[in-house]
Amino acid sequence: MRGWSTFATAALLFALALPAAAQSPNPLPEGIQIGLSTDAVSITAGFSGADLTIFGSLENPDPLVARQGRYDVIVVLEGPPRPVVVRRKDRVLGVWVNLESETFENVPVSYSVATTRPLQDITEPNSYKQLSLGASNLYMQPADATDSPATIEEFTVALRERKAATGLYSENVGGVQFLSQNLFRATVRLAPNVPVGTHKARAFLFKSGLFLKESSAQLEIRKSGFEQSIFRVAHDYSFLYGVFAVSLAMITGWLGRLIFRKD
Amino acid sequence: MGIYLPIAEISVNVFVLLAMGAAVGFLSGMFGVGGGFLITPLLIFYNIPPAIAVATGANQVIASSFSGALSHMKRGTLDFKLGGVLLAGGIVGSTGGIFVFAFLRRLGQLDLFISLLYVVLLGTVGGLMLVESVNALRATRSGAAPVLKKSGQHNWIHRLPLKMRFRASKLFVSVIPVLGLGAGIGFLSSIMGVGGGFIMVPALIYLLKVPTNVVIGTSLFQIIFTSAYTTLVHATTNQTVDVMLAFLLMAGGVAGAQYGAKAGQKLRGEQLRALLALLVLAVAIRLAIDLFVTPPNLYSLTAAGLN
Repeated sequence: MRGWSTFATAALLFALALPAAAQSPNPLPEGIQIGLSTDAVSITAGFSGADLTIFGSLENPDPLVARQGRYDVIVVLEGPPRPVVVRRKDRVLGVWVNLESETFENVPVSYSVATTRPLQDITEPNSYKQLSLGASNLYMQPADATDSPATIEEFTVALRERKAATGLYSENVGGVQFLSQNLFRATVRLAPNVPVGTHKARAFLFKSGLFLKESSAQLEIRKSGFEQSIFRVAHDYSFLYGVFAVSLAMITGWLGRLIFRKD
Repeated sequence: MGIYLPIAEISVNVFVLLAMGAAVGFLSGMFGVGGGFLITPLLIFYNIPPAIAVATGANQVIASSFSGALSHMKRGTLDFKLGGVLLAGGIVGSTGGIFVFAFLRRLGQLDLFISLLYVVLLGTVGGLMLVESVNALRATRSGAAPVLKKSGQHNWIHRLPLKMRFRASKLFVSVIPVLGLGAGIGFLSSIMGVGGGFIMVPALIYLLKVPTNVVIGTSLFQIIFTSAYTTLVHATTNQTVDVMLAFLLMAGGVAGAQYGAKAGQKLRGEQLRALLALLVLAVAIRLAIDLFVTPPNLYSLTAAGLN
């Protein structure tokens, strides 16, 4: 974190020292950098969702554009891609049964967006599509491409809707704030059920609705010591874990009888 | 106070789980059942994924049946030989159940199958028990002596070959129905996360004519091993046993069970059975409603490539 703020300060001084550069016909190209205060987030026993702060800076911003607020930043925290099955319930003899299903490959488990302004105010829908930026523009690749486009479309919509309903896909308008002309802070939401794994933070810079640059960083989300050990043991030594679970139950049953015995 | 469950991967309230365990423990102590048939649906209502609710429910059942079986062993009301034969069948049934479980989970029909099994079994057992206990209550109220079933009469089960003698139960019966019953209970244990006491007890009494005093101890004895086996296999094949969740439920459960047992002594047999029947029916109806009422979300997501 300190490294980035020093960097940002340096960039700021540079910009102030050379005001002429901004007016020259060929100014240095604008850029964007982000830094995470930590490269790993631990989920502890008390975890119930969190806000993650990402700091970043603009390189060589045009002071005039910055003053008019025509720079926009969108920060995305994207979870690891995983295959997902979307199922639809239909009525069979009065009972609701999972009938139709569609499998999608490489669906980001989570997708949190933070923006300076509402998405539709920043740029055209087309540029979002080209950048595949925003939950509604993510391309969900069906495992079986021979299914009818209407079906695929229906399940894609349902997939996004379910992800948003469980808080895994979220949008935080106004979650990116400029602290100075080139320093900004983005707050993205981590849902209580945020998946563990390698997450990718990406920042997109727009000037007057035009996409300029992109920068990314990685973030590891993992369970903290104790929870992680349990999860590890359950997967790596599953038989011993089972034996432990059974012994724990027997000991608890026996102790419970000793302590609370009423006969 | 929230706690993050390492296997279920969600954050839950500790006190809700302790209270859930204690309430089910109280009822199970009162009625002499393991309580798995209550714990698993309750966990599902509390948004625990069904696969984890089933495997963890089986784990929780071990604790309550172990503590119950200990007291029956002390009183000598446990037929080890009968329990052993039931168990042999149970292991086979449980293994089959685990495969069906994994298969249905891949198909996406696991939740439906669990719900349907619960509705059918709880509905049938609860209904039969209610009719029987209400009749008994009426009989005692009208002052007539309770009509005993002709216990000496043998049914078709007693004509099967491969007979075996079970001394503690004063029984001479074919091993086929005993193994079959064990296998059926084992199958249910692995798919529903129940011990199966609520089916085992009436089956031993009415089908095999085992003396009532030996039934509960023997059923608890076999349930310990069937659910221990189920827990082990779920842990190794599906990794769906959450010890943190199981422990919270057990801790509440063993405490509740002892108070429940005391409360149960104040009620008469028929009253107890009528109450248990109502409870079982209530769970069945609650689950049935979920099957028929339009769900708020028609679409559901599951991670592909599981198992």
